[in-house]
Amino acid sequence: MTNSIEEISKADYILAIGTNTTESHPIIGLEVKKAIRNGTGLAVADPRKTEVASMAHRHMQLKSGSDIALLNGLAHVIIEEGLYAKEFVEERTEDFEAFKETVSKYTPECVEEITGVPVDILKEVARNYAQAKNAPILYTMGITQHICGTHNVLAVANLSMLCGHIGKESSGVNPLRGQNNVQGACDMGALPNVFTAYQKVGMENVQAKYANAWNVDALPDKVGINIGQMMERAGSNVKAMYIMGENPVLSDPDSNHVAHALESLDFLVVQDIFLTETARLADVVLPATSFAEKDGTFTNTERRVQRVRKAIDPVGNAMPDWEIICNLSSVMGYPMNYSSAKDIFDEISTVTPSYAGMSYERLDNGGLQWPCPTEDHPGTPYLHKDKFARGLGKFSAVDYVPPAEQPDAEYPMILSTGRRHFHYHTGTMTRRTGTLDKYYNEESLEINEIDAQKLGINNGDKVKVTSRRGSVEVKACVGDTVPEGMVFTSFHFSEVAINKVTNSQVDPVSNIPEFKVCAVRVEKYSAKNVS
Amino acid sequence: MSNVTLTIDGIKVAVPRGTTVLDAATKAGIFIPTLCHDPNLEKYGACRICVVEIKGMRNLPASCCTDAAEGMEVYTKSEAVIEARKTILELLLANHPRDCLTCEKNGNCRLQDYCFYYGVKESSFNGIRKNHPIDDSNPYIIRDHNKCILCGRCIRTCAQVKERSIIDFAYRGFNTKVATAMDMPLAESECVYCGRCVAVCPVGALMFKPLKGKGRAFEIEKRPVTCTFCENGCTFDLNVKDGKVIGVTPREPGEGRPLCLKGRLGLELKYCDEPPKPMLKKNGEFVQVPWAEALEIKDLINKIIELD
Amino acid sequence: MADITLTIDGKQVTVPQGSTVLEAAQKADIFIPTFCHDPELSRYGACRMCVVEIPGMRNLPASCVTEARDGMEVYTESPAVIEARKTILELLLANHPLDCLTCPKNGDCRLQDYCYYYGVGDTPFEGEHHEYEVEEENPFIVRDMNKCILCGKCVRACAEIQGRGVIDFAYRGVNTKVATIMDVPLSESECLFCGNCVAVCPVGALQEKGLRSQARTWEVEKVKTTCSYCGCGCNFDLNVKDNKVVGVTSCDGDVNGRALCVKGRFGYGFIHHPDRLTKPLIKKDGEFVEAEWDEALSLVAGKMGETKKEYGADSLSVLSSARCTNEENYLLQKFTRAVLGTNNIDHCARL
Ligand code: SF4
Ligand code: SF4
Ligand code: SF4
Ligand code: SF4
Repeated sequence: MTNSIEEISKADYILAIGTNTTESHPIIGLEVKKAIRNGTGLAVADPRKTEVASMAHRHMQLKSGSDIALLNGLAHVIIEEGLYAKEFVEERTEDFEAFKETVSKYTPECVEEITGVPVDILKEVARNYAQAKNAPILYTMGITQHICGTHNVLAVANLSMLCGHIGKESSGVNPLRGQNNVQGACDMGALPNVFTAYQKVGMENVQAKYANAWNVDALPDKVGINIGQMMERAGSNVKAMYIMGENPVLSDPDSNHVAHALESLDFLVVQDIFLTETARLADVVLPATSFAEKDGTFTNTERRVQRVRKAIDPVGNAMPDWEIICNLSSVMGYPMNYSSAKDIFDEISTVTPSYAGMSYERLDNGGLQWPCPTEDHPGTPYLHKDKFARGLGKFSAVDYVPPAEQPDAEYPMILSTGRRHFHYHTGTMTRRTGTLDKYYNEESLEINEIDAQKLGINNGDKVKVTSRRGSVEVKACVGDTVPEGMVFTSFHFSEVAINKVTNSQVDPVSNIPEFKVCAVRVEKYSAKNVS
Repeated sequence: MSNVTLTIDGIKVAVPRGTTVLDAATKAGIFIPTLCHDPNLEKYGACRICVVEIKGMRNLPASCCTDAAEGMEVYTKSEAVIEARKTILELLLANHPRDCLTCEKNGNCRLQDYCFYYGVKESSFNGIRKNHPIDDSNPYIIRDHNKCILCGRCIRTCAQVKERSIIDFAYRGFNTKVATAMDMPLAESECVYCGRCVAVCPVGALMFKPLKGKGRAFEIEKRPVTCTFCENGCTFDLNVKDGKVIGVTPREPGEGRPLCLKGRLGLELKYCDEPPKPMLKKNGEFVQVPWAEALEIKDLINKIIELD
Repeated sequence: MADITLTIDGKQVTVPQGSTVLEAAQKADIFIPTFCHDPELSRYGACRMCVVEIPGMRNLPASCVTEARDGMEVYTESPAVIEARKTILELLLANHPLDCLTCPKNGDCRLQDYCYYYGVGDTPFEGEHHEYEVEEENPFIVRDMNKCILCGKCVRACAEIQGRGVIDFAYRGVNTKVATIMDVPLSESECLFCGNCVAVCPVGALQEKGLRSQARTWEVEKVKTTCSYCGCGCNFDLNVKDNKVVGVTSCDGDVNGRALCVKGRFGYGFIHHPDRLTKPLIKKDGEFVEAEWDEALSLVAGKMGETKKEYGADSLSVLSSARCTNEENYLLQKFTRAVLGTNNIDHCARL
C-alpha cells in the first residue's frame, strides 16, 4: 500500500476494485465502514454483490476481467471533462500523451458494452473520484489474478496519477495483501530476481555487496526461475525442490498438474507444521513451528514491520523455520550461527536500506513502516510524497484484452474464486481450530437464482463444476451475490479442490495465474455423471 | 529402603516403600486435590477430597493416608472419584457463604479453585448457614468461622511451635468450630499473632487485617524475603501491588520456623511504603507503640545515640 | 485549542477545552470508576458510576459527560459520591447472580472490582433475578444475559467498531435486555463473531468460550504478538497457561486497536492440534517413518549436495513462504543464493 490503513477512514472518496474488503481484510473493512460513517463516498467495482459492494454508494457490477476497460473509461471521462490534475501531470509524470490517446477510444458507451457498467454510473464515479480532495484506490486479487493482471495494476496507477491522487495522505494506490507476510517475503528477496529491498540480481555492485556481507567469493548473477517455471520444469531441468511453509498443491491453479510436477522430482523437502497435501508428496518432511512458538517480524500490507513473539515452547520436536535453515546450512558446510531471531534482524537491517533504521528495541515500542532508513527516522506512512521512486511517474497506455478463457457452448459459465470470512488460504490452519471449522464446515458454490432455475438446481443441492482441466463436486448456494452466468467459490477446502478446475494461464509479467476467470460447466450432481 | 512400583492412571511410578499414594501421584505429575493435607504437617485424612479408586479396595480411600503398595492400580479421575469429590464440594458449599464477590481470599482459595475445576456451582444440599460473629478483636488477624471448612490445618501448624497450641476444635457435630481455650476472641487468648495459621488456611476463614480491602491475590505479586532478626531465618512474602509494598505476610510455616510477630513487623518497617503502626497488647488492650518498643530495640538505639 | 485549568481533589489540572471531567481526572492520575464509558466509543452517561461532586451544581453529575470548565472544583471521593456509588452497586447486585465462585470472569470483572473496593458485598434491594438461558450454541462466544449490567458497550462496539449493529437493547423496564433482532441466537443473526463486543464487556455477560473454560483470568500470561492470518497485521495478546495457548485477547494494536476478526480472535486452535508434525519424517518405501533431526538434515544436505554436483546449482529450487517471518525469508534466500548457489527462489505471493 502506498497509504496507511488508518488513512482510509479520512478519505473523501474511496474507489475499491476487485476487493471483497470486509471478508478478506476485515480490519481494513472496518476502516472503510468508519469512512462511510464519516461521510466518505465509496464506489466499488466487483462482479459480485459483496458486503462492501452493498455498502457502496455506487456498485459497478462489471463483467469479470473487464477492469482495464472500466479504468480506461473512467480516465476517458476525466480527461474529456477536463477534471484531471493538470499541474501534477505536467510536473511529476511522463508519457501522458500516449496514454491520453489510448483512453480516447474508451468512450462511456463502448465501456458499457464491454463491462456492463451503465454510462451514467461510470460518469458519476469518474467525476466523484477526480474531484475528491483525497481518494485512495483499494484493490486485491480481483485485479491481479488475471492474465492481464500487470496491465490492470498499471491502469489503476494511471488513474491515480491522472487525478494527482497519490503521494498524499489518504490518496494513493493500495494493493491489499492476502497473506500475513507477503510484503515481508518480497521485501526479504524471496524472489528470483531481487535481493532484499528489491536490489536487483545481476547488478555488479549489488552482487558484490551481498557476497561481501555473506562472506562468499561470488553469488549467482543469473536471474532465477519463478514458481510457475519451477513446476513446468520439475523433473526435467529442476531435480530437487525445497518448500518452506507453502501448499502449492491446493493453492496453485490446475492442481493435478502441480501434484504431477512435484511427484516427478528426484527429491522434495517440505517444511511445515502439518502434513499438507504438498508435504504428503515429499521425501523428507521437517516439522516447523507456528507463529506462537517463535520470535520474528511480519510486515503487513501497509509496510509496517511488527514483532512476533514467542509465547510457548515448540510442540514436540518441532523447530522454528529459521533454526532449521541454520542447522541445514551448517550441515552443508556454511555455518549460520545466529543465536536468536534478533541476530538475523540485525543483519537484515545492515543490508536492507528500507529497514536500515529498524531494530528489535525500536519495534518493541510499536511497528515501523518502511522506508525507515535511519535510526531516528519515524517510518513512512505514505509513499511517493514529493517524488516517485523512479523520478517521474510513468503513464503506461494499456488496452483491454479479454480473459484467456471465454464461455462457450460446452463451458458456458464463468468461475471465479476467492476467500471466505471464516477461513484462510488452503484451510490447513483454520480447519484445525475447533471453532472456525465447526461453524463453517462445508464449502458451497454461489450461483445466481436465474441460472439455478434454468439448471434445475435448488439451494443446497450438490452440483458438479467442470472445466477443461478437471471437476469438483460442491453444494450450491443459490442467491443473487453473483450475477447471471457466473459462479464463485473459495479454495479453502480440500474436499472442494477448486484449483483442479481453475486455469493455470498466467500473466506474462507477474506470473500470477488467472484465478478470477475460467470457463466451466455446472450441472446438478447425480449418480449418472459421477464418472 | 526398598521401592514399590504402582500404576496411577496408567502411568507406572516407583517410590520408596512407605510413600503415600498422594505423594506417588505428585511424583508422577498427576494432580490430586487436597484441603486438609499439608506436607509440613502430620497426616490428617479428614477432608476426603483426595480420594482415589484403588483396584481391590472397597470404598474410595483417601490418598494422603494410604501407603503405596507393590502392584497397586490407582485411578484418580474415575467417575466414582469425581462424583465423590463433587459431593464433598457440594456439602462444603451447603453452608458456605456466597461471598467471593468481596472475599479477601478470592483468587487464591482452594474451595473456589476446586468448585471451578469440577464445575460445582450450586449445592444440592440445603445446609444451614452458620452465623458466627466475625472475630476482629485484634489488629492482625480476622477470623470468619462462617467460611471455615474445618480442615484443621491452623490447629496443627499452631501446635508445631512449643507451648503455643492456642486453638483447637471445640463443640460437636454441626456446631464444631475452631476455637481458643474457652472460645474467647483471639485478643483475649495467648495468641502471639505470628500468622502461621493464616498462611495455611486454604479458604477465607483466616485473613490478615492490615491487608483487608487492599487487594486480591491476582492483583498482588509476592516476593520472598528472609528475616534476619534471629537465627531461624524465616521467610516472608512482600506483597507488592502497583509497584508498592503494601504488606508482609508469613510464608510456609514449619517445624523450627516460628514466624514471630516481631520479625514480621520489622520487615514491614523495612520494606513497606507506608508501614502500618505497630500495636502491642498492654494490660489486655492493644495500643499503638513506638517502633523501637515493638521491635525491642530501645536499648540498642539508646546505646547507639550515646556512642555516636 | 485553548486550555482550561480546574481543581480535582485539590490538584490543579490543565486540559484542552472540551475535555470531560473524567478525562481531566485521568490526566491527573485520579481514578474514577466507570462501567459504560469507553474512550473509543460514543459517550453514553448511563451507568452513573462515575459521578463526582461539583460545588454549585445540583445533584452529582456524571463525569464522563460533563465538560470541564475553567476554575471548576471537583471532588471525586466525597462522602456523597461514595454513597452514590455504593447505591449504584447495590442496585446492580439486586439482580446479579452471586456466581463469582465459578464465574469465568472472576478476577477480571469491573463489578467485582468496584464491589470489593467499596466494600459492597450485599444489597438491601430486593431485585428481580432473571432466568435467561445461557447462550452457548456457537463455538466462539458465550452470552449470559443474567450477568449483563446493561452498560451498552457491546451494542456500541458492534455498531461503532464492527460497523454491524447486530445487537441492541430490546424490551423495556426490568425486562430490558441486549438482544439480536428478533432475539434469536447470535448464530442465526448477522453476527460475524469478531468478538469485539466480548472485548469491551466489563463483566461476565459475554465471554470467549474456549479461553474462559480453560483458564481463570489470573492464570494466564499474556504475550503480545502479530496475527498470522491476513495482511492487515493486527496485534493481540496470546493467553498462555502451562505452556499452551489457551486464547486470544485484545491489546492496543498499532493497526487494529482492540478490534480483531473471528480468525484472529478465535482461530488459534491449530497450534495444539493433534495433527501437528512433531518429528521429522523420512519416506521409506513409500511410507513416512519418524526420524531424528540429525538423520533428516544430513539426508537433505546430502541429496541437495549430490543433485547440485550432478546437475548444477540451477537444478535446485526453493519456495519460501509468505506465512513465515522476515527473518526466515531472509535466511532462506541467503541459503539459496550463498549455499545452494542459485537464484531459483520464489514464494506464493500472488494468492
Ligand atoms: S473462602 Fe473462598 S469460596 Fe469462600 S467466599 Fe472466600 S473466596 Fe469464595
Ligand atoms: S460477572 Fe463479575 S460479579 Fe458477576 S459473577 Fe462474574 S465475576 Fe462475579
Ligand atoms: S461478535 Fe462482533 S458482530 Fe457479533 S455481536 Fe459481537 S461485535 Fe457484533
Ligand atoms: S453484555 Fe456486557 S457489554 Fe453488553 S450491555 Fe451487558 S454488560 Fe454491557
